[in-house]
Amino acid sequence: MYSHEMIESIKKVEATRQDRIGADLRRMTADEKEQLLRQYHPDFVEDGFQSLQVGPNRGDKVPHELAELLQAESRLARMKGPEGMESFEAVLVAPDYETDVLVIGGGGAGASAAIEAHEGHADVMIVTKLRMGDANTMMAEGGIQAADKEHDSPAIHYLDAFGGGHYTNRPELLYKLVTEGPECVKWLNDLGVMFDKDADGTMVTTHGGGTSRKRMHAAKDYSGAEIMRVLRDEVMNRDIPIVDFTVAIELILDDQGKAAGAVLMNLETQEILIAKAKTVIIATGGAGRLHYQNFPTSNHYGATADGLILGYRAGAQLLYADTLQYHPTGVAYPSQIFGALVTEKVRSLGAQLVNRDGTAFMNPLETRDVSAASIIRECRTRKKGIGAAEGEGVWLDTPMIEMIHGEGTIEARIPGMLRMFGKYDIDIRKDPILVYPTLHYQNGGLKINAEGLTDIDRLFVAGEAVGGIHGRNRLMGNSLLDIIVFGRNAGRNAAALSKSVQTGRLTLDHVKRFASELEKAGIHPEKVSPLLLPTYTHGREHD
Amino acid sequence: MKREMVDVYIMGKKYTVPEELTIMGAMEYAGYQLVRGCGCRNGFCGACATIYRIKGHTELQVCLACQKQVEENMYLATLPFFPLVKKNYEIKEIEPTKQIMMHLYPEIYKCIGCNACTKSCTQELDVMQYIAYAQRGEYGKCAEESFDCVMCGVCSSRCPAGISHPQVALLARRLTGTYLAPGSEHLDARVREIKDGDFKSLMEDLMRKPIEEMKELYNHRDIEQ
Repeated sequence: MYSHEMIESIKKVEATRQDRIGADLRRMTADEKEQLLRQYHPDFVEDGFQSLQVGPNRGDKVPHELAELLQAESRLARMKGPEGMESFEAVLVAPDYETDVLVIGGGGAGASAAIEAHEGHADVMIVTKLRMGDANTMMAEGGIQAADKEHDSPAIHYLDAFGGGHYTNRPELLYKLVTEGPECVKWLNDLGVMFDKDADGTMVTTHGGGTSRKRMHAAKDYSGAEIMRVLRDEVMNRDIPIVDFTVAIELILDDQGKAAGAVLMNLETQEILIAKAKTVIIATGGAGRLHYQNFPTSNHYGATADGLILGYRAGAQLLYADTLQYHPTGVAYPSQIFGALVTEKVRSLGAQLVNRDGTAFMNPLETRDVSAASIIRECRTRKKGIGAAEGEGVWLDTPMIEMIHGEGTIEARIPGMLRMFGKYDIDIRKDPILVYPTLHYQNGGLKINAEGLTDIDRLFVAGEAVGGIHGRNRLMGNSLLDIIVFGRNAGRNAAALSKSVQTGRLTLDHVKRFASELEKAGIHPEKVSPLLLPTYTHGREHD
Repeated sequence: MKREMVDVYIMGKKYTVPEELTIMGAMEYAGYQLVRGCGCRNGFCGACATIYRIKGHTELQVCLACQKQVEENMYLATLPFFPLVKKNYEIKEIEPTKQIMMHLYPEIYKCIGCNACTKSCTQELDVMQYIAYAQRGEYGKCAEESFDCVMCGVCSSRCPAGISHPQVALLARRLTGTYLAPGSEHLDARVREIKDGDFKSLMEDLMRKPIEEMKELYNHRDIEQ
């Protein structure tokens, strides 16, 4: 399956393998990392960004692709009938759905929020663009962090995440993440998530990039899938209404400017539906499908930053929207799975990053941003990459895993990876795999306080759509944790708040206001937003 | 560079597509904007179950459209949804006894042993075997055997007994996770300690430190081997 050039390079990798096992690969100093990031990390590529001209983050830098959507026209404006936007306002008085808590998004954060809102005796409903569970959660492979081992503590977890996040994490959010982590793992465990455990019940935990304690809990390399299918099942057991294949295209505020629902669209029939709600939780996830700087992505098909667009147009502030996570090990070959995620757990288990000459060029457990930048340098400047169908890559030396931990480890601990490559006749137990950074995670998002509330009253956010928990770089295993911690938090608080809410008259004034601000700024958008789904043609136009 | 092309028949209609594409890629190349039958695009979510037959062959094959490369003369139909039976239960109130499966999914005992489920599994799981474990109340084994299930539903579409295998397996896994797997004392202990406020002052001290001091601590923290 590998090309001649690849096979020649693999021979060099094999030749050095034995000596590399147990070799002490130096970690970079703080200065080296800083310099590497500035030179090679895509967040520092100035051409990739532009300043926003309108809205609460006016003057702030965000990726072009996001700016175009944040400053695009409302879908409602393009759909307008004879009375323009007014025709939509007219239907606000007769909502199709009324609920206490409206959860937008059916991934891990949305499901956690819905379960807790239900637990808090609120009427809760979920609207989701595709199916319930269609989310990045489902694809998280490596694991979930929580400081539950004796020699670990929430304080050490805090320090790891704070340093890894370049000291920019919002302290009150990070505090919540690390101190509620163990309780959330227990919650999942009691709901029936099958964590990897020893015979005596001790959780099997490993390192992730940037952790100083082994606190990565996993369910093989299906960690997110296992969590998601259990949460989805629990939502269904509780008969929480799920409106699937239905996407929120605008938020609705009341005449006091407080969140009061959403305008929905059935994605199959294009029917417009109105959901009135006492509180709203945005749990719409990430943005990988915007393909910033033309990177491939490991993200779900629906990851198009919809929630950021909705929130921003309604006046909610963004935080760190200029920082993205490029997972160092995306698939570089074969082309059919280009950009797909190779879990960091592969490195946790001992596989090294090796260049075309068979040299391990870095410690494989640096943080993700540093690892990604280091791989880009190895290929771009040092010319030590290996050519692939699209671009190039470096080797991730998977056969090391079984040399270190024994035969059968790969099948037992990373069966998903074995299967994914096996379908293309690559046996990762025998041959290394070719990797290159892939767009993986939106570090930034909507700004929230510790209650999960945005600047807009009654509007909560949870999950990847939040900015600030991880600062400017997230550690592996902290997002599966954050969707649970902050999903539950938002659900609980929204349910409690909904008890005392009196919703005023529903309006879409904020949408009109945003449009007139665009006009004033001289922006005449060609695009409409939110994007909803990406469009792929696979080069049809060139054939 | 001119690409090698193959003919495929999407829902019976012929399209000529580059041979390196997956089925999902080929559908998009042909001009589909997918709404149904497309999810994670990475083989984890089960949205894109697909059934196909190569012209001239009688054997039906199954796959995930995002994980399978097209082949010449492939006749394919997507299965974006299958009506599985999902029974509701309260995980905290049921018990991992043989009776619970009999009560919720009695149709598993109608299995005629045809093995069509196993033959049709897009994840190459031994589906009939895990149903056999479920019949015997061996939920731990059922859970292990079914662990990589993406719940695409193809097995159920082929089952003459009307079994919803993915739901049976999910119940077995939740019973295993909740009741059969050993408890984690260190986890329970830590949850208690946090609740008792054991880390409160430590955390507050840490959060009060100036950034420069945090950098020192971070750069010199000891890393578990």
